[in-house]
Amino acid sequence: MENKDNKPIKKMMLILSKATLDNVYACFILANGARMEGIESEIFFTFFGLEAVHKKKLENLHIATVGNPAMHMPTMLGGLPGMEAFATKMMKNEMEKLDIPPVGEFLEILSASGSKLWACKLAMEMFHYEKSDLIDEIEDVITVGDFYEKAKGDGTHLMFI
Amino acid sequence: MGKTYAGVSVNVNEEGYLTDLNQWTKEIATEMAAEEELELSDDHWKVFDYLQEQQRNEVSLSIRKVGKSGVVSIKEFYALFPKGPLKISSKLAGIPKPASCI
Repeated sequence: MENKDNKPIKKMMLILSKATLDNVYACFILANGARMEGIESEIFFTFFGLEAVHKKKLENLHIATVGNPAMHMPTMLGGLPGMEAFATKMMKNEMEKLDIPPVGEFLEILSASGSKLWACKLAMEMFHYEKSDLIDEIEDVITVGDFYEKAKGDGTHLMFI
Repeated sequence: MGKTYAGVSVNVNEEGYLTDLNQWTKEIATEMAAEEELELSDDHWKVFDYLQEQQRNEVSLSIRKVGKSGVVSIKEFYALFPKGPLKISSKLAGIPKPASCI
């Protein structure tokens, strides 16, 4: 099955624009999984994705119980008070069993693995966030142009989440 | 599949992982390391000891567990095996390739 024309992936540039827990974990696992294979990885946190690196918000992310057909739950039920917190707690329990770390620890692991974390300048301004609001592991606040500059090179793949 | 390391024939799978930890020797690990362009230091051997112990106790491995083991930090683990810490260290330690995504 091996095809000699297949060029290896050298770098994964992930863009996280959402802060629902399932999206955040998908992004982190992809970035970490790349590093585990010796592939470079970088994450650009933009729009709601910034919440995943906001010191006061990152441990309070939820999964969506409303507007999420995969929850197999009537929308009105999903909207009841406490339902999101309950579903989130259930999911976190399952993840701990699989040795998947909480968001804060996962960010430390990513940083230790050499994955680079960037915050979007425009989204920071929109939400009135300062760099000091974000975790120390954030390398810098950059523009989209800066991010594309970092994506340069053969074997780079971009992914929007 | 058979392969010869340090003059000894051992059984490996299609990815080059030993299929029997009992066949592992330090000489084999050293030759495998050369294939991976790695020069082994004391820290590498400490990691192999730890991995083999986990394997014997049938503990599934992850980067997170290695980082919490007290043997090496995650940062050190990546520095020791830059091309893929968990999979390459497991190969050199003679244990199966971990199926972990974390």
